[in-house]
Amino acid sequence: MHAVTDKPPGWLGRSVERLEDAALLTGAGRFVDDIAPPPGTLAAAILRSPRAHARIGAIAIDAARRLPGVAAILTGADVAAMSAPLAAGIKAPLECWPIAIDRARYVGEPVAVVVASDRYIAEDALDLIAVSYEPLPAVVDPIAAMQPTATLLHDKLGANIASDRSFCYGDPAAQFAAAATRIAVSVRYPRNSCTPIETYGVIAEYAASDDAYDVTANFMGPLSMHPVMARALRVPGNRLRLRTPPDSGGSFGVKQGLVPYIVLIALAARLAGRPVKWIEDRLEHLSASVSATNRVTKLAAAVDADGRVRALDWDQIEDVGAHLRAPEPAALYRMHGNLTGAYDIRHVCVRNRVVLTNKTPSGLNRGFGGPQVYFALERLMQRIARELGLDPLDVIRRNLVPTGAFPYRTATGGLLDSGDYAGAIERAVAQGTLAELRARRVNARGQGRLYGIGYAAVVEPSISNMGYITTVLTAQERARAGPKNGAFATATVAFDPLGCVSVQIASTPQGQGHRTVAAQVVADVFGLAPADVRVLGELDTARDAWSIASGNYSSRFAGAVAGAVHLAAQRLAAKLKRAAATQLNVAPDDVVFAGARAQARDNRDNAMAFSRLAAATHWSPGLMDAGDHALRETVFWTPPELAAPSDADAVNSSLCHGFIFDFCGIEIDRVTGAVRVDKYVTMHDCGRVLHPGMVAGQITGGFAHALGAALYEEFAYAPDGSFLSGTFADYLVPTAMEIPQPLMLHMETPSPFTPLGAKGVGEGNCMSTPVCIANAAADALGVDQVELPLLPARLAAHFHPREEFPKGTTAATAVAIGARQGDGAMTLHGRGVVEIARVPQDVWAMLLDAKTLAAIIPGAGAIEKLSETHFRVDVTLGVGPVRGDGHALVL
Amino acid sequence: MPRLSADRQHSVRFELNGREVEAQAEPRMLLSDFLRHVLAMTGTHVGCEHGVCGACTVEIDGMAARACLTLAVQVEGARVRTVEALAPGPGRLSILQEAFRRHHGLQCGFCTPGILMSLDIFLRAHPAPSEIDIREYLSGHLCRCTGYAPIVAAALDAAEKLREADIIG
Amino acid sequence: MKPARFDYIRAETLAEAHAALAAHGGEARVLAGGQTLLPMLSMRLARPGVLVDIMRLHEIARYGIERDVIRVGAGVRQAQLQKMFELDKVQPLLAKALPWVGHAQTRARGTVCGSIAHADPSAELPLVLVALGGEVELSSARHRRKVAGEEFFTGPLSTARADDELVEAVTFPSRRPGYGYAFREFARRHGDFAIVACAAVARTDGARLAIGGVGDRPVAREFAQADRTSLTEALDAFSWELDARDDAHASAAYRRALVRQIGHAVIMEAEQCRV
Ligand code: FES
Ligand code: FES
Repeated sequence: MHAVTDKPPGWLGRSVERLEDAALLTGAGRFVDDIAPPPGTLAAAILRSPRAHARIGAIAIDAARRLPGVAAILTGADVAAMSAPLAAGIKAPLECWPIAIDRARYVGEPVAVVVASDRYIAEDALDLIAVSYEPLPAVVDPIAAMQPTATLLHDKLGANIASDRSFCYGDPAAQFAAAATRIAVSVRYPRNSCTPIETYGVIAEYAASDDAYDVTANFMGPLSMHPVMARALRVPGNRLRLRTPPDSGGSFGVKQGLVPYIVLIALAARLAGRPVKWIEDRLEHLSASVSATNRVTKLAAAVDADGRVRALDWDQIEDVGAHLRAPEPAALYRMHGNLTGAYDIRHVCVRNRVVLTNKTPSGLNRGFGGPQVYFALERLMQRIARELGLDPLDVIRRNLVPTGAFPYRTATGGLLDSGDYAGAIERAVAQGTLAELRARRVNARGQGRLYGIGYAAVVEPSISNMGYITTVLTAQERARAGPKNGAFATATVAFDPLGCVSVQIASTPQGQGHRTVAAQVVADVFGLAPADVRVLGELDTARDAWSIASGNYSSRFAGAVAGAVHLAAQRLAAKLKRAAATQLNVAPDDVVFAGARAQARDNRDNAMAFSRLAAATHWSPGLMDAGDHALRETVFWTPPELAAPSDADAVNSSLCHGFIFDFCGIEIDRVTGAVRVDKYVTMHDCGRVLHPGMVAGQITGGFAHALGAALYEEFAYAPDGSFLSGTFADYLVPTAMEIPQPLMLHMETPSPFTPLGAKGVGEGNCMSTPVCIANAAADALGVDQVELPLLPARLAAHFHPREEFPKGTTAATAVAIGARQGDGAMTLHGRGVVEIARVPQDVWAMLLDAKTLAAIIPGAGAIEKLSETHFRVDVTLGVGPVRGDGHALVL
Repeated sequence: MPRLSADRQHSVRFELNGREVEAQAEPRMLLSDFLRHVLAMTGTHVGCEHGVCGACTVEIDGMAARACLTLAVQVEGARVRTVEALAPGPGRLSILQEAFRRHHGLQCGFCTPGILMSLDIFLRAHPAPSEIDIREYLSGHLCRCTGYAPIVAAALDAAEKLREADIIG
Repeated sequence: MKPARFDYIRAETLAEAHAALAAHGGEARVLAGGQTLLPMLSMRLARPGVLVDIMRLHEIARYGIERDVIRVGAGVRQAQLQKMFELDKVQPLLAKALPWVGHAQTRARGTVCGSIAHADPSAELPLVLVALGGEVELSSARHRRKVAGEEFFTGPLSTARADDELVEAVTFPSRRPGYGYAFREFARRHGDFAIVACAAVARTDGARLAIGGVGDRPVAREFAQADRTSLTEALDAFSWELDARDDAHASAAYRRALVRQIGHAVIMEAEQCRV
């Protein structure tokens, strides 16, 4: 029996079991490759460029076209004829197409799409397509790409720099002049990706009679990409119906990268005149879906002798890969409002450059822009401590935004909504027993072990301002384009004639349990149980409420979407109370929803079943207020704090800012250089916690991604643009053996800006953990420079004894060894290309993997499979032609 | 000696989740595709098709097996179990499945069927595993959502509950 | 990632398997556990015309102790051998190395002979075979022969097996009294192929150390007792002989350093295990 009380039963804040799980645990999930496509659907396979940079000559498709079962083959020429380039956020003479048109600019770029009766036959047909490539020099390093002599990726642009913007806030020059010292770091953040276990999937159909596309894809938004896709397909927005399946196998930003593939497969369906389905395979995913940006950052601080930072000077060079694909260069601007991190620093200058290289185009990825920024900022804080002989934690403490200063306007325009950074740190230090960890370090070092402690203090932005990306434009350009801002969240709550409650959200969940939390929110408002509330998470742009901000990114669910659900439910509740008031003969304010009943506040026997009340609104509309009979409420909520960038380029890039403080102790193995995380403590303040179990899951999940980025994962490219991380045996995703369990600590300072006081929590560890571990490694080794990922071989180079050539080595042998292996340092990537064409069966039989083929070819290093018949081998020593049945391996 | 020619469909007969089934496959068809697209058993997922992620793990003749590393024609006459067979009945969950739900051992649920199949087999053979046993065993699976901690907790809890059920049962 | 077309032969007797291999030779691939062959097929790195499935051949699905060796037939899965009664007493090196072979889920399917026949230079089982001085039994319609492990591996993924031959069994010498065995491996992640793997067999008069993951095949070296004092120097020379290479995961110099250090440790450990 439920007590009669004003307070709702309070599902929020409890770790209720997820409504999603029963289906997922029994194999009854409905992922994109599970749902039955329309009858007659064909399968697509994509031929991809084996080369990082080449002009494309003839594409011979006749043999493939003749293969029984093949229905259509789409090439760049078709795409150019049927569609328009994907629009980008920068005004520059750059064309971004979903397929290579005349020129391939990265390994894996689509060159042709085969549509056939099934995927096996489609892949057979790929083998029969012959493409003639005229190789061009490739440029992989962003610094090299900026040189005037560098090969151009986009000729019309005239350079490989797509954008170069400088910003100044306060008077940094004066502060640098006045400060005791200038301390700087120069860092590179590598390429990586969160690689969801489910790959991309698209089912597309074109109705010629309507000139309309109907696409189902496990796309995660943002729906600001919908107009981009509609324009590319050259249809009005209302003729691109985009739907998402009920379940999606993880995204972490990555499934934003479906955009070009949605366009490509939609065009393939149009060309084939049949529905077409494409399920990306893992090799495609690794080489050519999307990647986080790699970034080269120089960051300098004007510092007082006590470690107080007066000003920052950022120089960020963002490598977006071969195309500037919308919404990039967003990763470079997402953190713009919080470039000062958790610190009270009033003077900042920034130079941001966006550079194109022969790599996969970049896009959203968990932490989006954060890992890159905080790797520089928190390495800098440690460096300041080191150079000034201070404790790194004291340097952090000395610079924090003071407790009581919230909401705090940052130098660059961000508005830090709430927090108690110093308090959070002290709690973490106490509850995480930092003192004990320090003792452990003393002890370990006493035994000659390599033990280090690292720290990171991070502000985690969430709920992006849809206008932050326009900071890349000048104020004049912005004025011409019109203001962009806000962060619409939408939610719909409705009653059916049996009085049951349905909820529709446009947050395209990818595993985060949105349906459960939405049900908790609504259950609390109506006095129901979450299981009574039916929540639909799949989106249909033709029927559902959505806006450009819809989607599953910038950790916006808890703060924005759950809040919109709450507001919609409250609106209906208010109406319903008025209806109930008439029936119960009390004032509307005295109606209480609890225990699945509507009842009088003072007399719980004066009550009616909630379902009867809600149903009655259908059957007797007269019960409702005249003029407001709506049984369905849709809320569009956007926070006023998210204004467009100011004329002075100040921008509140995100609505909410959580706080994270991490510290860890690591040990580096003296023999192997392997890092063992001994202890990891992560303190989070993400505002009000709606579901502790899910918050914990977001933290452990984000931590795992971050640990991967710190220690294992990298999309590696050879200098010639060959891709070296093409399988899950090469791109090392950590397993249960590699991921330790972090100690999670919490405190709650609710956000004043969101309806429920919640903030995002999903991305923070991707920002804090890589640099925290890197700081610990630098501490363990006593070095200034550490590079991610922390490869054992790289770390060991700091302490392995210097090698001497064995006795009796002649000069010639030594040179040969040196040439083959680098000079003892890590020369991991090769210096040339060997191409093996049309190797006969018996040789094929010997080729399993990169390693093996590399070993077969003298002097070969890494090797990459380019296509069924082509390999690219990294060569570190000149090799003569190697013959295989008369077909040369061409150097 | 049976020789199945490359470009023809051949009948494959086996036991799937306790029922005899028969369907057609070319020799090259992977078991993962056969289960999902020919037999419409979409609970078994595909995450890499090269044997690393474990999403496709099923049980073949009592052993864990990657369906993506198995040809459909190889299971002729075999006993195959998939995630669809784990629950004791409609609307019910097994002890292991319940433990996953309780501990939030899944988020997107894409890796989950493979992990459940693996653990189901493992816990039968190892009723009292340590955490490190479970972690080592789970290292044959990739999960990108959970960070593994809740999966390990669910497995340990399930092991305990299964032991209790064994004693009572 | 779907295989190209092939014929599939389900051999029901050893003679049938031999006949199929004799008929198709280089066009054919033997399908056993499939844990390495299937990815090759799906990536179309291997395009055999014919697959010969040998997993229904009961006569080669056995393992057991025969005189002073453990003989493992071609149908025996890695997990089966790992579960052999008192394996750690019968051959401690196998017991120590098997948990490092892939993951439990791949060991449940992958065969011992398959791993040997595949001859990956970083794989554990070829290393153990070489360290122990085991043999490979090859059979075909023509003949049967035995090849010492060290001669069987001729390079990366290359062996002395002729096209028509089947690796019918491998034999690992059983533990000998007075011998000690040790195994260590370093890989980036648990279950990955080794960056460096070391297997040592210690005797009263010296030790044998085999290294995987560095050269183009597993390589063993004897360290006579006289060498003991200069073990460090001998290991250094060995590390250079292996012709290590750089790759995306480790430099050659790093691999040599691990050979010296882990090699040393593993010999010492084997020495201590001598009983
Ligand atoms: S799909 Fe089979 S192991 Fe990844
Ligand atoms: S729950 Fe998403 S991959 Fe494991």
